[in-house]
Amino acid sequence: MSQDRSGLVREEKLIFEVSKPGRQGYSLPELDLPPQPLENLLPPSSVRDDIPGFPEVSEVEVVRHFTRLSTWNYGVDTGLYPLGSCTMKYNPKANEEVSTFEEFAISHPYQPEELSQGNLEVMKTLEELLAEITGMDRVSLQVAAGAHGELVGLMLIRACHDSRGEKKNKVLIPDSAHGTNPASAYFAGYQVEEIPSNRKGCIDLDHLRQVVNRDVAALMLTNPNTLGLFEEEILEIADLIHHSGGLIYCDGANMNALMGIAKPGDMGIDVLHLNLHKTFSTPHGGGGPGGGAVAVKRALKPFLPVPMIEKGDRGYYLNYNRPQSIGKVRSFYGNFAVMVKALAYILTMGAEGLRRVSEAAVVNANYIRKKLTGIYHLPYDRPTMHEVVFSDKWQAARGVRTIDIAKRLMDYGFHPPTINFPLIVHGALMIEPTETESIEELDAFIEAMKSIAREAEENPELVRSAPHVTKVTRLDEVTAARKPILRWKP
Amino acid sequence: MRHYLPNTEEDLHRMLETIGVQRIEDLFASIPEKLRLTESLRLPPSLSEPELISYMKRVAKKNGPLSSYTSFLGGGAYHHYIPAIVPSLLSRSEFLTCYTPYQPELSQGTLQSIFEYQTLICQLTGMEVSNASLYEGATALVEAVLMSHRINRRPRVLISEAVHPEYRMVLKTYCKNIGIELTTIPFDQTGLTDKGECGNLIDHQTSALVVQYPNFFGRIEPLEALAPMARSAGSLLMVVVTEPISLGLLKPPGELGADIVIGEGQSFGNPLNYGGPYLGFIATRSLYQRNLPGRLVGQTKDSQGRRGFVLTLATREQHIRREKATSNICTNEALCALAATIYLCALGKKGLREVAHQNLQKAAYAKDLLSGLKRCRVKFEGATFNEFVLQLETPPEEVNRALLQERIIGGLPLKRWYPELSDCLLTCVTEVVPKRKIDRLAAKLEELL
Repeated sequence: MSQDRSGLVREEKLIFEVSKPGRQGYSLPELDLPPQPLENLLPPSSVRDDIPGFPEVSEVEVVRHFTRLSTWNYGVDTGLYPLGSCTMKYNPKANEEVSTFEEFAISHPYQPEELSQGNLEVMKTLEELLAEITGMDRVSLQVAAGAHGELVGLMLIRACHDSRGEKKNKVLIPDSAHGTNPASAYFAGYQVEEIPSNRKGCIDLDHLRQVVNRDVAALMLTNPNTLGLFEEEILEIADLIHHSGGLIYCDGANMNALMGIAKPGDMGIDVLHLNLHKTFSTPHGGGGPGGGAVAVKRALKPFLPVPMIEKGDRGYYLNYNRPQSIGKVRSFYGNFAVMVKALAYILTMGAEGLRRVSEAAVVNANYIRKKLTGIYHLPYDRPTMHEVVFSDKWQAARGVRTIDIAKRLMDYGFHPPTINFPLIVHGALMIEPTETESIEELDAFIEAMKSIAREAEENPELVRSAPHVTKVTRLDEVTAARKPILRWKP
Repeated sequence: MRHYLPNTEEDLHRMLETIGVQRIEDLFASIPEKLRLTESLRLPPSLSEPELISYMKRVAKKNGPLSSYTSFLGGGAYHHYIPAIVPSLLSRSEFLTCYTPYQPELSQGTLQSIFEYQTLICQLTGMEVSNASLYEGATALVEAVLMSHRINRRPRVLISEAVHPEYRMVLKTYCKNIGIELTTIPFDQTGLTDKGECGNLIDHQTSALVVQYPNFFGRIEPLEALAPMARSAGSLLMVVVTEPISLGLLKPPGELGADIVIGEGQSFGNPLNYGGPYLGFIATRSLYQRNLPGRLVGQTKDSQGRRGFVLTLATREQHIRREKATSNICTNEALCALAATIYLCALGKKGLREVAHQNLQKAAYAKDLLSGLKRCRVKFEGATFNEFVLQLETPPEEVNRALLQERIIGGLPLKRWYPELSDCLLTCVTEVVPKRKIDRLAAKLEELL
């Protein structure tokens, strides 16, 4: 028997382990028509007898089980969640409420368009507002998440080149890029060539000049990049790529730095994806659902996935008649409920609000940068945008690594930053506070980081063995991967 | 808008002082001057919370009074009753507002619930390992096809025409880019995958055979007859399930020879939401676990020997392997998977069977009743689950338009995907449709046909 640690942090068995025959957690009406014998309806060989091991629990037990599990999680509502590149901003409750309105929630994707005018208006409005925010010409909301957007964006690029009779097989990707970028390029059928960053942490334009040729279908960049730095030479980069017949794909994960400040569409970017669950405040839900959007310039419009939403004489409709389209990239139309939340956010903030969001996000990141300069090594020591990347270089001398600093932060009540990414910074600590953190919360975080730096000097073992007060201590990930236990068995 | 931005002008001023710049604009100095916007974005004026709520109510109402309609739509998205505890527990912000559980010490709630989800999916499908979720059913099929291609490196995939047409469209989009060849197997007169054609087409170049169970027409494919064909060609049998409630009653595909089971988990506690967010699932044999796409949660121990859960086998994934990863997926549908987990726990062994049973019985009742009408018949004879194809003598679109006047949303016309079925409707009846509504549909059809 495992021992309770306290009244609130107890061992919670798996739901299967509390199951007991005869318990039930559901309430259904009686069947209101005379049942036919099962064997008349299904071939007996197709009918299962039982679902071995399936839970039998009462409603109370289900509620307590999941409520207790929830208390072992840390969310944005718990506190600062400075995961770089993830934009863990506050997720407004009003957005949750409007997304559950019955007329939205019970909408079937195949219901007639005349009963879907509200849904289509939400989508069309969001599409248009995102086009305005990004300076792009048309937006598809069909993609389910950022990586899905990347893949679809690259499919659009391929379709565009194909339509011009040009065969190109290569996608250039900076070494600071998200892992999804090269993976998406591969699944879009391209070869990936890595572009090194220069000493300033940006794309090395000289190197780029040497490698660009007619085989390059696209350069896939992130702006601001994963170091939180704006690609200052973006216009020269775009010119160079366009000159050789390539296109520019922008990973819009970091759009939170740019709203109302600058538009990707003005930078020579041809295709951009957005993460509605980052910039546009929809919750991450423990790893999804997210929401994506793919935004393109005019030349790529014909290739966008079907259906697109159009407005005709009788209202909005889903247009499948797009002969040059790449086709469908998921069933139905996208993560609609997530779109409702993103639209609610944009309407709440307005133009001035969104600009303030980006400004405050950048101020918060730079405040942390300034306050922790000299405490943690800063590989690229210049003003950043919405996030800042430190490294463990100085603490590593005492045997304290990034992972230890991250774990020790938990003891101080904070979620750690993104660690060991971007790959070009050894032992990276990538901090993105977002605009929704107050100066007091930032100060408390900064104090915790300073305190950990002191501990690394004075008592490194304390940091190396952290966390100390969480539900579990460090977990044996090696054994987990070597001898995987991926499901419960009786 | 200020309610989401805690720092006051004075706070910002103090922070700028600390940073050592005069104005906020100075922080944007790295953006070339000509790119910096000098005018505001052209967006509607910002709304307060009450204004937002009434705006959204107004827009939502433009859908019409949907709740007063009776719907007979299915086809990959199903209206089922969602117990009150599902939305209630999902709204726990510790579940709602956390990220992918990269830091297990702060994510045991999400991790344990995913481990339970993986177990439930295995129990339902009869497979040995399930991942943590994928976007939705159609892209889950794509991931499965990429997986089978990785496993056996064969260039062709055979897919039944009785697999959801949108799933096939999505697969086609992806295959074009990857260079996998797709061949379609027609369906026979009973609406099942044509076994003869399947036997002719399958060969040693076939990576996978893909069928749906129950298939798009609601018919129950004889997996036990298809599995040996796949096996003798050395191909993987891939089974798509778009209505997983059926698994409360039907033999699990794993028991009938499936190698990979994928599908759409929306039916488990997720609202229709006009098509998303939904829940893609994928499950397979242990043999192939290192080829799975996406996140996987495993059980382990902490440094004090207590049970705990972590993301595992991450070397398959994009953040480690980049272009050599098994998939590009990062964000999945964790909260939808949690909804499914809560739903399945609440229903449990008996409840899921009961829901499945009610779906089966109600659809069977409707099928008998409607096929008894004049000028209306069942297109494909034989067992179905909660959907069946009706053939009408009047154009289905016309019938549906008339039914709409009676606040009935009729079945799904099949013409857009199957020209040869232009006189057919795919009709779905779930447990939420009372008998009297089925009777009313029959009465109205009687008048119309």
